[in-house]
Amino acid sequence: MFATFILALRSAGLPTSVTEHLALLNAMRSGVCDYSVEDFYFLSRATLVKDERHLDRFDRVFAEVFKGLERPEGEDHELMQQLPEEWLRKLSEKILTDEEKQLIEAAGGFDKLMEMLRQRLAEQKGRHQGGSKWIGTAGTSPFGANGYNPEGVRIGQDKSRNRSAVKVWDKREFKDLDGDVELGTRTMKLALRRLRRFARQGAATELDIGGTIKATANNAGSLDLKMVAERHNAVKVLLLLDIGGSMDDHVRACEELFSAIRTEFKHLEHYYFHNCIYEKLWKNNRRRKDTETTTWDLLRTYGPDYKVIIVGDGAMAPYEIVNPGGSVEHWNEESGKVWMQRITRHFRRTAWLNPVPQDQWRYSASTGMLSEIMEARMFPLTLEGLDGLTRELAR
Amino acid sequence: MAFKSTASYIATRDLEVAVNAAVALQRPLLVKGEPGTGKTVLAHEVSRALGMPLIEWHIKSTTKAQQGLYEYDAVSRLRDGQLGDERVHDIGNYIVRGKLWEAFEADQQSVLLIDEIDKADIEFPNDLLLELDRMQFYVYETRKTVVAKQRPIVIITSNNEKELPDAFLRRCFFHYIRFPDRETMEQIVQSHFPDVKQELAREALNVFFQIRGVNELKKKPATSELLDWLKLLMIEDLPPEVLRSADSKVVLPPLHGALLKNEQDVHLFERLAFLSRRQPQR
Repeated sequence: MFATFILALRSAGLPTSVTEHLALLNAMRSGVCDYSVEDFYFLSRATLVKDERHLDRFDRVFAEVFKGLERPEGEDHELMQQLPEEWLRKLSEKILTDEEKQLIEAAGGFDKLMEMLRQRLAEQKGRHQGGSKWIGTAGTSPFGANGYNPEGVRIGQDKSRNRSAVKVWDKREFKDLDGDVELGTRTMKLALRRLRRFARQGAATELDIGGTIKATANNAGSLDLKMVAERHNAVKVLLLLDIGGSMDDHVRACEELFSAIRTEFKHLEHYYFHNCIYEKLWKNNRRRKDTETTTWDLLRTYGPDYKVIIVGDGAMAPYEIVNPGGSVEHWNEESGKVWMQRITRHFRRTAWLNPVPQDQWRYSASTGMLSEIMEARMFPLTLEGLDGLTRELAR
Repeated sequence: MAFKSTASYIATRDLEVAVNAAVALQRPLLVKGEPGTGKTVLAHEVSRALGMPLIEWHIKSTTKAQQGLYEYDAVSRLRDGQLGDERVHDIGNYIVRGKLWEAFEADQQSVLLIDEIDKADIEFPNDLLLELDRMQFYVYETRKTVVAKQRPIVIITSNNEKELPDAFLRRCFFHYIRFPDRETMEQIVQSHFPDVKQELAREALNVFFQIRGVNELKKKPATSELLDWLKLLMIEDLPPEVLRSADSKVVLPPLHGALLKNEQDVHLFERLAFLSRRQPQR
């Protein structure tokens, strides 16, 4: 049961496992969700989704899979037969009185009625008519027409709140929490938290051996443990920012992001480059000539323990990377690729942060080449991307 | 017995389902949500609704998983040994029980709240995997296994400061407390202040949702802030008109300190309110 649903969730990128599937089935069996569609939605959400970033994706899949109930054709057909009957039967057993059951018998038996109901379901195609209330209206109308307890099959409709079932997941209220969305004002805060976590590593306390020995000696031999807080802020970050025209907005966002947590890092240095890294970098874009440093100096100044984050859109002509003299602004003796490799070899941890949405990367050949140089350590500027980035750098 | 909204706690249907599922299947329930949306209060309400004692375990950055099970107080044993105390011979005297042990040993089924699990070290949830799954653990010092007499109902809250490991999540039910919509919020206000003047409540909610609508705020006020603020308004017995005042000099709602907790937010709101009030006159 629900295998289609679970598989659809998995193919949408939700890490749903067999354990959770079984938990859902168990919960269904123990009758937690009362055989109403809305409750089923809530229950499956509580069971299968473990991260609010996935809620939106879950809603979409849920709508997609169970919208199949309106469509008579296609693979969802099987599901349609499976789902409502079992529920409706159990539901009616629960709610209908004996008298009502007799009435059902008179009308040709329960199966007949179910058959009718299913036909009705299949007929309803339009989203407005049957779509958002497929089971609600289908429930009340055939039953109402036949003169049975209309209260009984009020599936998916919570009268008191008059909110129909499908609407709840069609609203997609958790859109903002999706980790794939680019950084906005709201997500900025979360991103900062990720970076702060990145900056502080290690356990909070450790034994101060010297202090303990001294204190114990002072205590005439009775033990007196001394603890010290472990040093944090140990992370050193070197930020290399692409300052090309198209990058301006992104660079500002990144600078804000990193300068907001400046105090958290032991060292945070930044340099600018244009499109690709060559033999020179500079500290201040306005006074570029005065603040230039050669990349060799950079490699000599900052030790391999610095974590390097390169921020750039990586979109340029391929020859800017591979050919000597490929730079758009000056004659470079050695190709960008050589310089990039020097950097990735010198520093133990390097990663590229790309503000361009990830699904557009494949349109630019240079992005692919850079990603290859970085050994796929290129991350989009989203919460998920930052997660990946910090995980990569912290390793 | 099922968990339902009470007079003092309005639970949306999805929260009820999640809690009941966790209770029925005896798995931990992980609750996330904006600060101030009633995550911790939920545990209190569940324990009240089900008539079970509540055991609270508040997590700090220094909390270790082991502390929830038990701690072996080696230092006092060493000291007792030096002083020649008789107690020293039984190691059991130096085993200090933790909250989990307490919940396991309780005669009655209890509700165990593990509050703000994300504050702890990243390994913390992993260290509790087996204990929460099997509801038993082994005490090395006394060579005994502690098994839960009744599986406690475990409610875990998180503020999302750390990612929780997948293996841990897989064993939990999850609920994200969404910020309540206006309708739910009205119910919440009613349940907390049944004798509030209707007009005051309406105006206060207007102001509150207006403030929440400002995206640039550093800390948006949440339910708990609204309730504090309303309480203040009621104590001061302010007339509802004050909240609506068309006077362009008054830009901030009265007693805004309860809603805006940050100096920059107050300035920002002042500026925005000032701008929006000036525009219609032009």
